Amino acid sequence: MEFALIAQKFILIVVIFGISLLAAMYSTYAERKVAAFFQDRVGPNRAGPLGILQPLADGAKMFMKEEIIPTRANPFLFIVGPSLAIMTACIGSAVIPWGQQMVIGSTVVDLQVTDINVGVLYIFGVVSLGVYGIMIGGWASNNKYSLLGAIRAASQNISYEIAMGLSIIALLMITGTLSLRDITAQQHGFWNGHWFTWNVFKQPLGFLLFMVCAFAETNRSPFDLPECETELVGGYHTEYSSMKLGFYLFAEYINMFVSSAVMATLYFGGYNYPFMDVVNAHLGLTWGPLVGTLVLFIKIVAFIFFFMWVRWTIPRFRYDQLMDLGWKILIPLAIVNIVITGLIYNFK
Amino acid sequence: MEQLTNRRKVIESKPLNFLERAYLPAILSGLRITGKHFFRKSVTIQYPEQKREFSENFRGQHSLKRDEEGRERCTACGLCALSCPAEAITMIAAERQKGEEHLYREEKYAAVYEINMLRCIFCGLCEEACPKEAIYLDGDIVPSSFTRKDFIYGKDKLVEKPLNQ
Repeated sequence: MEFALIAQKFILIVVIFGISLLAAMYSTYAERKVAAFFQDRVGPNRAGPLGILQPLADGAKMFMKEEIIPTRANPFLFIVGPSLAIMTACIGSAVIPWGQQMVIGSTVVDLQVTDINVGVLYIFGVVSLGVYGIMIGGWASNNKYSLLGAIRAASQNISYEIAMGLSIIALLMITGTLSLRDITAQQHGFWNGHWFTWNVFKQPLGFLLFMVCAFAETNRSPFDLPECETELVGGYHTEYSSMKLGFYLFAEYINMFVSSAVMATLYFGGYNYPFMDVVNAHLGLTWGPLVGTLVLFIKIVAFIFFFMWVRWTIPRFRYDQLMDLGWKILIPLAIVNIVITGLIYNFK
Repeated sequence: MEQLTNRRKVIESKPLNFLERAYLPAILSGLRITGKHFFRKSVTIQYPEQKREFSENFRGQHSLKRDEEGRERCTACGLCALSCPAEAITMIAAERQKGEEHLYREEKYAAVYEINMLRCIFCGLCEEACPKEAIYLDGDIVPSSFTRKDFIYGKDKLVEKPLNQ
């Protein structure tokens, strides 16, 4: 029994790990393709049909490139930086519920690696660890541009994490739990007879704040100041080459995947979709939950597409504007959101 | 002051109102614009497979012409080399021997005729200078290569194919 559980979790972990790496890999392809479409171009189309082998070619290129550690850099921390970045990016997906419980024969399989009762806090912890990868890498490079990028990353993540946490507090006030599985289960279906069940309809402002902060936390445009090439060459990864650079870029895309998953789970119902009970009754408890998983992935892809859409639309913020937005607008708004939520749920 | 054109527009710089300062409406309108472009047909021409039509006066790779009997027109007079502002053309003249009348039109011909395509600026002055209508820049785009010596085009690449082939 114990062994079966371990095997089950092991398979789940490997599958989720594989999927998030695959998603990150094809996000790089999607990014280039989406960018091309937004600019009336075609995008990569030479490697394989429609260029779908492009990520493999890019990956092979990354591995083949010469690995350079600058003489003045701190070699240990120089390697720790990207390792930490990719590691924290990968462990974030551990608490995300990918589907309802699946019944195979007589065993019940949770489509979630672990349901810890502080799932939201766990995600926050992992996300804020992510900045250490950037900071350490930027500092260890011993390069002024890298250092500036690292400083920017650190200050940006610190200021946006506060607004993110505050926007989540309002959400937690209405869910009453930190467990991601319970939060998702509360959003069952789409319409509960009085109001939509998805949290985005209960917390529209909170969702907006959370999304803006998620953009900042993943260092995506318009908040990609730590690596902005026009000012800082490559920012924190200026000195990096080969697969260490690849890990940084990869970490960004995995982060994007995980934060899309978190947004879909917290605010857009996760694996829930309208008329899911009807579908589940038809397909049974083995295949029904997989439809939910598919729906969750569709939501994630939609969010990733939105991330890219914004990237190819909005120019990046100036550094002082970034700080202004974080401290003077997002944090007060988040506090107002908490107050409003409190008033509504007290007097209802 | 007198207006030079009627396109002049006086721009007012009013302070931004609340909606304009709130970022979001502006961002949404930006997203709408890029969203429209997402579904627009791409303007890309897939170059080696697909070519855009050249204009009528396009000047490409040179070709050394033959006359109607298939003889080389060039007499190695050197006017093209003289006119060339980039000094891309070199030639060595030779005298036509007996029995070569079917190969060269005049008594003198170019034994070696080389154009350095890295120097050539495709201005077409050689074409204009030629009294024998022997050189025209009517070819395709000069292909790329990895070494410099590949860009020195000799007669093997420049002279037109013989008529009977």
